Amino acid sequence: MDTTARIIEKRDLTDVTKLFVVHAPLVARNAAPGQFVILRVTETGERIPISITDFSRAQGTITIVVQAVGRTSALVCDLEVGDVFLDFAGPLGLEVPLPDEGHAVLIGGGFGTGAVFPLARALRARGVRVSSIVGARTRELVILDDLLATESDEVHVCTNDGSLGYRGFVTGRLEELLDEGAGFTHCFAVGPMPMMRAVAGTTLRRGLPAMVSLDPLMVDGTGMCGGCRVSVGGKSLFACVHGPFFDAHEVDFDEADARLTTYKEQEDLACEMAGLGR
Amino acid sequence: MPIVYPHKTEMPCRDPEERRRSWDEVAEGYTMERAIAEARRCLNCQDPVCEQGCPVNVPIRDFVRHVALGDFEGAAATIRRRNLLPAICGRVCPVEHQCESRCVLFPRQDPVGIGRLERFVADWERKNGNGGETSAPELWRDQKIAIVGSGPAGLTVASDLAQLGYPVTIFEALHAFGGVLRYGIPQYRLPKEIVDEDVAHLTALGVEFVRNVIIGKTVTIDQVLDELGYSAVFVGTGAGSPIFMNVPGENLKGIYSANEFLTRVNLMRAYSFPEYDTPIQRPRRAAVIGAGDTAMDAVRCSIRLGADEAHIVYRRSEQEKGARAEDFERARDEGVIFDWLTLPKRFIGDENGWVRGLECIRTELGEPDESGRRRPVPVPGSEFTMETDLVVIALGTNPNPLVPQTTYGLEIDGHGCIVADPKTGATSRPGVYAGGDIVTGAATVILAMGAGRKAATAMHEY
Ligand SMILES: Cc1cc2nc3c(=O)[nH]c(=O)nc-3n(C[C@H](O)[C@H](O)[C@H](O)COP(=O)(O)OP(=O)(O)OC[C@H]3O[C@@H](n4cnc5c(N)ncnc54)[C@H](O)[C@@H]3O)c2cc1C
Ligand SMILES: Cc1cc2nc3c(=O)[nH]c(=O)nc-3n(C[C@H](O)[C@H](O)[C@H](O)COP(=O)(O)OP(=O)(O)OC[C@H]3O[C@@H](n4cnc5c(N)ncnc54)[C@H](O)[C@@H]3O)c2cc1C
Ligand code: SF4
Ligand code: SF4
Ligand code: FES
Repeated sequence: MDTTARIIEKRDLTDVTKLFVVHAPLVARNAAPGQFVILRVTETGERIPISITDFSRAQGTITIVVQAVGRTSALVCDLEVGDVFLDFAGPLGLEVPLPDEGHAVLIGGGFGTGAVFPLARALRARGVRVSSIVGARTRELVILDDLLATESDEVHVCTNDGSLGYRGFVTGRLEELLDEGAGFTHCFAVGPMPMMRAVAGTTLRRGLPAMVSLDPLMVDGTGMCGGCRVSVGGKSLFACVHGPFFDAHEVDFDEADARLTTYKEQEDLACEMAGLGR
Repeated sequence: MPIVYPHKTEMPCRDPEERRRSWDEVAEGYTMERAIAEARRCLNCQDPVCEQGCPVNVPIRDFVRHVALGDFEGAAATIRRRNLLPAICGRVCPVEHQCESRCVLFPRQDPVGIGRLERFVADWERKNGNGGETSAPELWRDQKIAIVGSGPAGLTVASDLAQLGYPVTIFEALHAFGGVLRYGIPQYRLPKEIVDEDVAHLTALGVEFVRNVIIGKTVTIDQVLDELGYSAVFVGTGAGSPIFMNVPGENLKGIYSANEFLTRVNLMRAYSFPEYDTPIQRPRRAAVIGAGDTAMDAVRCSIRLGADEAHIVYRRSEQEKGARAEDFERARDEGVIFDWLTLPKRFIGDENGWVRGLECIRTELGEPDESGRRRPVPVPGSEFTMETDLVVIALGTNPNPLVPQTTYGLEIDGHGCIVADPKTGATSRPGVYAGGDIVTGAATVILAMGAGRKAATAMHEY
């Protein structure tokens, strides 16, 4: 059985963020919104989880967006069209539960802008109205707002420095829209942990149900190691099999943040050795 | 008048001081002379009761007789008739509960060192023999067989059915094959080259190995049967889901399940960081909770990762421990400190979220509980705190729920195990068989192989 995962298209979204379309029919076959893959690029390499940004069963493709933040993600970003992933396993995690009616607001930051795309498409197919909010530090780092626009009724861009769209954080824009009377019934957010924490805070205050996709450190991604455990509603759950989407208002973000820094020293060393300044 | 040697012939081991910092194999194995001497202790019993203690019925008496005569090739061929992974079993079988416990020499003398001899013969064959020469059948049958999981159960079914001429595919969720043999049991106890050789051997038999396929996610069992064209499926997915204690502080940094700790070490080779990319916490004072094989593996790995002090913390006493005798003794020789009758109550962290201590309470043994072992009862007022910067929780595992959750019509028991006929491995779903830890809960390598053997026979008849 052929499990080769070959890159058939690559796009530079920013200097450090790349989009890959990967031919991996076996992974595309059962893929659903909210799921991720685990991949490896060298024989001595780490297994890293990456969200599925798009999938096509007909074409047998999986699209991923990778941001170079350390050794393995940098190696991935260096791959070119025609290269194959050493390992490409998935789809992993649960399909995110989506509503059948109402008005959803999707919030994406960094690679998360890609990761909310399959949600947008599935929501629209169910007849749910979709508003998207995309955030970045500055204009050059805004990615995939065009892709998201194809499956959204409206897209709001935010930059911290005001170089494009709304000036400020995604949560600032969310508050503004709510104040203007946007009738959101659901919120889904994917992005850096501080952004998701802020979204959790805002939506809790405004009484809007919200789900976030947690990205703890993982090893196997199959529920075998428990390294990805997160506290949700006072219970310890494995993000790779019970998530990665969880009720934002139940997540213990302090704990999740702390656990992400477990290997800080080693990661810095690995980056230094690979000549990646950080 | 034959001379009686009451003790097993010693197996040379590397010095504990040296091996505390080395991942090389600890036991060096018998020399030819020692193997022959040990084999001569066997009485060649008319009724070899030892064989009833082996879940795959290795013809123990006959192979030992070949060794006694110096015919190692004959010995190897005899073992191979029943056991395709002798180099592994000879190293990891808990012989004191299996074959050796039945040997007639015991308990007046030490039993014959069956495990050590099996290891010797298998290693001799790896070096000198043809590895039990086999090649792919010339003619394949029409019915394709799918196997889920490449642990000892799956490997056994694959070997048996491939030899009968069935095209066999093994689907493995991880990027390497062998199950616990690969990610759980450490290099110093079972060199990974042996697992590689056994996988290569099966590949030569024509077995197809497919990695990175998570059955239940990538494809479901229903799809394997209905869409991918397989006639029957064997599920050998093991008991891979770690059990935590549910006490305060358990998610502090520096606290691992044994599965995570051992997977980082064995599968990902984190001990070679930064040559390998996967990191692991380097401990000074390690505490491992539990006293089974997994706990011994974790505590000995923590020493090899640099711990100055390594503790086993267990709420019952030494008698109730689950670990193999040999590994327990080796852990002790390597300087492990055993805190018996000690129950951890909570973990204490520092301001950055790192574990710094383990609050424990002493216990006494009371009346026997459901498991037949005496129940540990906390002694009031005996609380104390143990300083630690690495904790490994080795309290066992539950069956991996992925396949049970996603397969239509598969009966599951209250523990999450797949219900299968112990004689045939047949499940409630026609064409789907199961065996190994996914059926029995965490058990042993050779029991998983025994279950695989029975299922293979039944699948052949199906
Ligand atoms: C379910 C899930 C989905 C993900 N989806 C994507 C995706 O679509 N695109 C993408 O680029 N990344 C995604 N990630 C994050 C990605 O897995 C990490 O960035 C990657 O593992 C980093 O590995 P590295 O060796 O490059 O960096 P490392 O050297 O391991 O780490 C570099 C820096 O990144 C931080 N870091 C490491 N892991 C994570 C993490 N999981 N989350 C946040 N910060 C982290 C470290 O603290 C460190 O500061 C996802 C993670 C999860 C769990
Ligand atoms: C640390 C440790 C030490 C041990 N030491 C000993 C010892 O010394 N002696 C002894 O006899 N026993 C020992 N055991 C027990 C023994 O290893 C197990 O009983 C045995 O490996 C069970 O075999 P299995 O084939 O049922 O499953 P496993 O060996 O667990 O293999 C199951 C395989 O299935 C794969 N899998 C799981 N789900 C899926 C899926 N959905 N799709 C595809 N693949 C999947 C897993 O990745 C794994 O590779 C030890 C166990 C551990 C954890
Ligand atoms: S396979 Fe294990 S139980 Fe059987 S004879 Fe060999 S060592 Fe003993
Ligand atoms: S029971 Fe002991 S002495 Fe008898 S055949 Fe078996 S190993 Fe030899
Ligand atoms: S990554 Fe190992 S259990 Fe989730």
